[in-house]
Amino acid sequence: MFARGLKRKSADGEDSPPAPPSYSLQRQSLLDMSLVKLQLCHMLVEPNLCRSVLIANTVRQLQEDLSLDAAWRLPAPPGAGRGPLERLVSTDILCRSPWEQQGGHSAPDSGGSPAPDLCELPGAPSAQAPRSAPGCAWEADRPRGGFQASLDQILETLESRAPRAAEGLFADVDGPYYDLDAVLTGMVGAKAVPGDGFEALASAGAPPPGSSCKRDLGELDHVVEILVET
Amino acid sequence: MAGAGGGGCPAGGNDLQWCFSQVKGAIDEDVAEADIISTVEFNYSGDLLATGDKGGRVVIFQREQENKSHPHSRGEYNVYSTFQSHEPEFDYLKSLEIEEKINKIRWLPQQNAAHFLLSTNDKTIKLWKISERDKRAEGYNLKDEDGRLRDPFRITALRVPILKPMDLMVEASPRRIFANAHTYHINSISVNSDHETYLSADDLRINLWHLEITDRSFNIVDIKPANMEELTEVITAAEFHPHQCNVFVYSSSKGTIRLCDMRSSALCDRHSKFFEEPEDPSSRSFFSEIISSISDVKFSHSGRYMMTRDYLSVKVWDLNMENRPVETHQVHEYLRSKLCSLYENDCIFDKFECCWNGPDSAIMTGSYNNFFRMFDRNTRRDVTLEASRENSKPRASLKPRRVCPGGKRKKDEISVDSLDFNKKILHTAWHPTDNIIAVAATNNLYIFQDKVN
Repeated sequence: MFARGLKRKSADGEDSPPAPPSYSLQRQSLLDMSLVKLQLCHMLVEPNLCRSVLIANTVRQLQEDLSLDAAWRLPAPPGAGRGPLERLVSTDILCRSPWEQQGGHSAPDSGGSPAPDLCELPGAPSAQAPRSAPGCAWEADRPRGGFQASLDQILETLESRAPRAAEGLFADVDGPYYDLDAVLTGMVGAKAVPGDGFEALASAGAPPPGSSCKRDLGELDHVVEILVET
Repeated sequence: MAGAGGGGCPAGGNDLQWCFSQVKGAIDEDVAEADIISTVEFNYSGDLLATGDKGGRVVIFQREQENKSHPHSRGEYNVYSTFQSHEPEFDYLKSLEIEEKINKIRWLPQQNAAHFLLSTNDKTIKLWKISERDKRAEGYNLKDEDGRLRDPFRITALRVPILKPMDLMVEASPRRIFANAHTYHINSISVNSDHETYLSADDLRINLWHLEITDRSFNIVDIKPANMEELTEVITAAEFHPHQCNVFVYSSSKGTIRLCDMRSSALCDRHSKFFEEPEDPSSRSFFSEIISSISDVKFSHSGRYMMTRDYLSVKVWDLNMENRPVETHQVHEYLRSKLCSLYENDCIFDKFECCWNGPDSAIMTGSYNNFFRMFDRNTRRDVTLEASRENSKPRASLKPRRVCPGGKRKKDEISVDSLDFNKKILHTAWHPTDNIIAVAATNNLYIFQDKVN
C-alpha cells in the first residue's frame, strides 16, 4: 500500500481537515476501478478466474446499489463540489455498511451542489449507466438494466474475442499477475486501450463539479465502444 | 503478548517461546521472481520439508539427526535434494503460456526407503520419487575408474565389478505425469487416506486420480455453468478427510464449504453438508463477498474439525455443525477499514494459507509485513510474530509484535500505515509432531522452534 516509512501527506495544507469524499463519488470510483480491473483482465493472456469472478460480482453489487439509489430518489449527496479526489484515499466510508453512510448523508453543504442541468440526463441517448448524480431526479422508468446491459455487452464482446475458448469472459488464461498490478497502480502500459479513454476512467473519481454525470456516462460509453470495436 | 516460556507446557501456540532456528534463501534486497516460494510442506514424519517456488523448482530439506553431545539443540534442516519439477510450457491451441510455478506439494506416506511427493503447477501434476544412492559399482572391465573407455584389445583379464560405498547422492525422478485433465488452474491436490488415490481441484472442477494411472481421471465435482456468463462462484480449495477415504471438502469464493461423500453418487455435485456462516448485516460492505472468499481449507489431524481462511479471519468448524463455525480468530482486523485501498492494489485477492499443529491445539496463518499469527485454541490467546533477518540470531527468541490500528501509537507498536504489503506470508507449515514451524517470506524460508529449557 505505502512504501515502508512513507507517511501520507495531508490532502491539502488548509487548516480545516479535508472532508471525506461523498458516498456516491466513492462508489463511482470503485465502480470505475472495478471496470478497469475487469477490462485489464481481458487484455492479459489468462486472467485469474477467481479474481475475475469476484470483481464481476462486485460490479454487479455496485450496479444494484446504484439502481436502488435511483429507485429511492435519495436527496442530493454532497461532494461534487468538494475538493479534488486526486487519489482514492483510505476510504473507510465505503468499507462501512451503506445505511451507516446514509445516516451521515444529511449534508448541510448542498449549497454547493451542481447545476440542475445534470437532471437532463434522461434524454441522452448514449447514457448507459444509472448514476445518482447530485440533484438528479432519476426517473424510475429508466431501464434498470441500463448498466447491466453494458456489463453484458462487455462480457459478450470479450467472449467473441476468444472464439476458441467457449468460456469467453472466463477463458482460461495464464497471465503474469504482477503486470496487472503495475498497470493499475502505475496507470501505465495501457496498450490496447486508447490513452484518453483509459485515463478518463481512471480520473473519473475526480470530476469537475457539475459535469460529473455526463462525463462519466460518456466515458463508460467510450470504453464500451472500444471494447466492441476490438 | 509474551509467551510464558515455561517448560512442560502442552504444545500450545504461545505457551512456548518461539526462537529463530534457520533461514534459507538469498539475502539480497533484489528478489528474483523465480525464487519466490509458493508452497511449503512437511512430510508425514517431519524429517523432510519441501518447498516449491515460482521457477518450478522443488527444494527438499532434511532434518539432521540430533547431536548426542548437544541433546538440547534440535536437528537442523539442510538441503537434501533440489530438482526442477515443472518447466514453463506453451499451450499452442490457446496461445497461452503455462506457468511453471509450483502451486502445491503433497507428500505420500512413506512405504519403502524412497520418498514420494506430488507437485503441481496450474495444469500438470507430477509424482516424484526421491531416493538415495550410497553405493556404486567399481571394477568395470570396459571402462576406467574415470569413465574412459578401455581398449578391448588391451584387456587381459576379467573381473567382477563390486559395490563400494560412496558419498550419499539423492536422486529425484518423475515417476508419473498426470496431465491434460484440467482446463482451469489447479489450486489444490490432496492425497487420500487410502494411499492409492488423490484429488486435484481447479477453479471449476475436481478430479479423482489413481496414483498408478495417468491417462484417466474421474471428474467428481463440476460447477461450471452451462453459460459461463452466469459464473459467480469458483472452487478455491479442496481436501480429503484424513481418515474417511470417501469424504472430501471444497471451499468456494463465496465463503462456503461443501462436504461430499463419494459413496453417494459418482458425480458429487450434491453436497452432503453445506457450511456457511450467515452474514453479519452490520458489517456488510461492497467488499464483503471478496473478503469472505476462502483461500484455504484444512482438516484437523483428528478429522473432527476443519479450518478455513478468508481474508481477515480464520474459522474453525465442527463437521457436525453446518450453520456457523465454532471458533473465529481475527488475523488482522485493522485492515477492515483499508479494504478499499487493498482492493485498489489487489492485495485483497491475496490467498493466505493456514495450518494446524500436531495435537490440533493451535493454528497458524500469515499476514503482511512478514508477520504471522498463532492462535492457541485452549487458552484462547494469540500472538503475532515476525519473520525477519533482524531477528535472525541463532536461538534468539521472537518478540511478539503489535499493530496499532490507529490513533496514538505506543512504543514498539507498528502503525497500520507503516505495514509493508509487499512482504506477505502466504505459506506456513507446522511439523506434524514437534513445535517446529516453517514460514515462507517471499524468497526466504524461516524455520522457528520452541525453546527447550
